[in-house]
Amino acid sequence: MPLAEKTKGQLSGKIAVITGAASGIGRATAMLFAREEASVVLADTKADAVKHVADEITQAGGRALFEAIDVTSAAECRQLVEHAIREFGRIDILFNNAGIIRRATVLDLSEEDWDRVMEVNVKSIYLLSRQVIPHMQKAGSGTIINTASGWGLAGGAKAAVYCASKGAVVLLTKAMAIDHGPQNIRVNCICPGDTNTGMLREEAKQLGEDSNRFLAESAKRPLGRVGTPEEIAQAALYLASDASSFVTGTALVVDGGGLAGSI
Amino acid sequence: MRLENKVALITGGTSGIGEAVAEMFAREGAKVAITGRNESRGHAVTARILEAGGQAVFLRTDVRKAAECQRAVDETLRSFTRLDILFNNAGVFFPQTALECSEEEWDLQIDINLKGTFLMSKYALRPMITQGSGVIINNSSGWGLVGGDKAVAYCASKGGVVLLTKAMAIDHGRQGIRVNCICPGDVDTPMLPEDARLRGLDWKTYLSGCENRPLGRIGTVDEIAKAVLFMASDDSSFMTGTALVVDGGGIAD
Repeated sequence: MPLAEKTKGQLSGKIAVITGAASGIGRATAMLFAREEASVVLADTKADAVKHVADEITQAGGRALFEAIDVTSAAECRQLVEHAIREFGRIDILFNNAGIIRRATVLDLSEEDWDRVMEVNVKSIYLLSRQVIPHMQKAGSGTIINTASGWGLAGGAKAAVYCASKGAVVLLTKAMAIDHGPQNIRVNCICPGDTNTGMLREEAKQLGEDSNRFLAESAKRPLGRVGTPEEIAQAALYLASDASSFVTGTALVVDGGGLAGSI
Repeated sequence: MRLENKVALITGGTSGIGEAVAEMFAREGAKVAITGRNESRGHAVTARILEAGGQAVFLRTDVRKAAECQRAVDETLRSFTRLDILFNNAGVFFPQTALECSEEEWDLQIDINLKGTFLMSKYALRPMITQGSGVIINNSSGWGLVGGDKAVAYCASKGGVVLLTKAMAIDHGRQGIRVNCICPGDVDTPMLPEDARLRGLDWKTYLSGCENRPLGRIGTVDEIAKAVLFMASDDSSFMTGTALVVDGGGIAD
């Protein structure tokens, strides 16, 4: 949709930093936030792909810049934030979305894979948030959205480190909400169910399963289908916008009812 | 407008959160039917919506009574020909321990807050299933997820609403119907000063207790209405069976 079609976007004038922005949920969120008139700062390790997303947004009349960085590096997180501040002067929204998965039991999981998943999925949130929050404090407001998972609330088979990392994201979210609510910074997470992204097909590959069969299995939930990245992006938009001004410390489940039968 | 051509039925629409939702839905293009037990307040809400160019009807309804719930759904269909959104919002609260709560007061809270949600859903689901789409949003509470002091029947009813939500989401997802609930924290509704009065606390002391949460304030009815709008609109098309907490961080700990 061309940007001109809307009178005023829900994120008009806002600056949003989005990690894992080259593909899947991060890419869909970058496009949606830009359509809602935010200026977006995109980060991903995949340089070509993240540049492509930024170009697409710019060509549609939006404002986007990108950094090909690894969010597990404190120095690179600082570089990203400095770039955003230099260009736009502040950061209103941080979407900590970068994530990876390893489908394995603890017996089959290497220590290296454990460390890598925990660093990308959890430590990066800590590293980037501590760079961004001081700017939000100075501005007197901000909203942070973390991508957790349905598997941050309930367990799953052959996903030990992923579950551990996403459970950590849910509680890190709540802890940060308590610490920074008084500074008018809201912190929430999204718990998507299976969504039609590259990660879902990557899971089938890691498990040695046929991709189509795996996707059909993933659709077995009350709504009878997997989610689209755009549907998860809409949840991120709700949490990023003023529509959720009294929402903090929550885990927003967006999973087609997948967890309705779980604790 | 996010609810253009949609028809919404809102219980307890004559004050507080229900009133705010009715007005917001109407502004977003929905035709709204509101229920309540107080006729003059109900007509005041519909009059405001009509004046602003919207469409609204008031249906005097006691959600404890099956026949009245059925009639509310039938009247909505007769007025607006379809039913897309049901917001089960009618609720009452008496601050009481199990020792203080009389059987009548127990029944009243369970019947309005929980059974009313069941009855309204039961009748609203039929036209939604025929249409092949529909959204039900139930008003639960932070106290449907965690316990609170002097709130036995309320906690029981709201905990029931959370799980009724999930059970209905499982049953009717394949029919294209999404069922979610919201769990508000303390919000500036008439229920709040009434609770203070019944607890024998002066308003200032009571309010400062309510404000003791990460965002340092109570919510506004509009902030809850925006959560309901999100749940009612296609923006939440992959969400069902969830409890959306809107509480300024009150139960983050």
